[in-house]
Amino acid sequence: MAICVQNNQEYIHSKLFNIWRGIRRNTLTVIGFFIVIIFLLTALVGPLFVPYHYAEQNIAKRLQPPSAEHIFGTDEFGRDVFSRVVVGSRNVCVVAGSGAALAVFIGLILGLVSGYWGGLLDDLLMRLMEVMMAIPGLLLAMLVLFSLGSSFFSVILVVGFMYIPVVTRVVRSVVLDIKTRAFVEAAKLRGESIPYILLREILPNVLPHLAVEGSMRFVYAIFMVASLGFLGLGVQPPAPDWGFMVSEARPFFSVAPWVLFFPAASIAILVVGVSFVSDGLRRMLLPGGVSSDRY
Amino acid sequence: MIAYILRRIGSIFVIMFFASIIIFAITQFLPGDVAQLVLGQFATEEAIANLREEFGLNNPFYVQYLDWAVNFIKGDWGNSLVNRMPIFPMVMSRLRNSAMLAVVVLMIYVPLGILLGVLAALKRDKLPDQMITTVSMVFVALPVFVSSLLLIPFFCHYLGWLPANSSIHPDSTFGEALPYLILPAIAVALNSIGYVARMTRAGTIDVLRTDYVRAAYLKGLPRWQVLFRHVLRNALLPTVTIVAMDAGMMIGGMLVAEVVFGYPGLGRLLLYAMQNQDLPLIQACSMVAVTMLCLANLVADLLYGFLNPRIRVK
Repeated sequence: MAICVQNNQEYIHSKLFNIWRGIRRNTLTVIGFFIVIIFLLTALVGPLFVPYHYAEQNIAKRLQPPSAEHIFGTDEFGRDVFSRVVVGSRNVCVVAGSGAALAVFIGLILGLVSGYWGGLLDDLLMRLMEVMMAIPGLLLAMLVLFSLGSSFFSVILVVGFMYIPVVTRVVRSVVLDIKTRAFVEAAKLRGESIPYILLREILPNVLPHLAVEGSMRFVYAIFMVASLGFLGLGVQPPAPDWGFMVSEARPFFSVAPWVLFFPAASIAILVVGVSFVSDGLRRMLLPGGVSSDRY
Repeated sequence: MIAYILRRIGSIFVIMFFASIIIFAITQFLPGDVAQLVLGQFATEEAIANLREEFGLNNPFYVQYLDWAVNFIKGDWGNSLVNRMPIFPMVMSRLRNSAMLAVVVLMIYVPLGILLGVLAALKRDKLPDQMITTVSMVFVALPVFVSSLLLIPFFCHYLGWLPANSSIHPDSTFGEALPYLILPAIAVALNSIGYVARMTRAGTIDVLRTDYVRAAYLKGLPRWQVLFRHVLRNALLPTVTIVAMDAGMMIGGMLVAEVVFGYPGLGRLLLYAMQNQDLPLIQACSMVAVTMLCLANLVADLLYGFLNPRIRVK
């Protein structure tokens, strides 16, 4: 369910305050934007420049503290933590990004169809979404991964399918609002085809909501991929997964906290960065709107 | 009102029915041969055939599902494949522990979220509001295991106030368990505080703008009286729904927190069952979690209907 709260009355502040507020508010978005760019660049080209192979073991050098040779130290098998964090960023970005993209794509189509035609199809789809949302997200993901087996693609599929209901509901609620507007009526009376109305009249109005929703899905997809990894259901070892690296490093926390710190910090920074960008997008594209969507 | 209650209960049953089909289908049918899964890859053909017979795996899907569903409703959940113990008492004891954790989580995040939300709304766009909004944004999607790992060094190693490990005896009373519940509960609550605060803020700002609040101020009521009598009463109504909508996220968060802290709850049991391929136990734990989520939604619906008479007529 999406509850939209409109702020139709802005408080009046001094000019100076407004400028200060503008800078302050956008600082976070800018910071978030840079964080996301850095992580995406790392994911894109980072693996080409890592000093060691992510699975290269060196038992003689296990649990070494950060040094010039291993800037993030080494883990319990003597693997270079820096290389693993960098290669792991690619896994997180690709898996969470594809999952979110899948959810946005299918959710858009289902939301358009369901919202525009309504009727029995809409009823059925909405009931189905309700049923899917009655199963806690993480539980559903765990069950499917338990059954299918964890792989790169199964994690993407699971994360994608899990977020389809949320995206569908957002798109549907926007379509329900837009399709009663005069310009849609006008297009119908002009005799435009349904694909034309959907793509040229309705879709442009859905896009801002979709962009905000997509960025939110990316945040929660990272959250989910990391949590699944931590539970041992993510991308399978020896491929580096930040969540699994954290759980692997926990027994050695008191002797080698750096093995745990760097992947955990990477998850935290990336999640916070994308949240900031998402919030900035929301303020820019949907001023005054507060979405109550969760998961 | 009675018609409303019955309608809500009816729809919850329908949803649970379909959700149980999904869970059964995923666990029983996706993994390929359940008998093979249970016995391992070196099992003889004969042993597998016997087990298939014993589990009724040769029956069609709907027969297997109905058998399972009827037994589940009767409370006859079978025995664990790993330790051959009856599942029902085991799951119920873990459910009790998870419920204790859930109570502490709710006690932390609901009052705190509301307080911060109202504070942010009253100080809208000023420093407190910006701080609350920013901090809640940071924690709202931070995975529970990451925030736990921030909390443990601080509260356990640095301050030494709370235990870092919550693997207590599964039959501990609430009083005994409480010190071990606080840290996992904070870790789970951190995800939800920001969400509740954000929604409460939006609701309060809306109500603050209404004419009746202005009228209350104009007739000279003191600030706190307007706040408690007129604003909060209406602004907090949606919070009931918000907490229910967050329940799915909270169950997931508790699952991870139980694993991080080793707390003997339903989530840890579920993960244990998965690691040991204990299918009946996985199904039982999952159905209990789904039941809890549906009950949470039902309670929220009823509470909302009770608090807001307009909704009943719809």
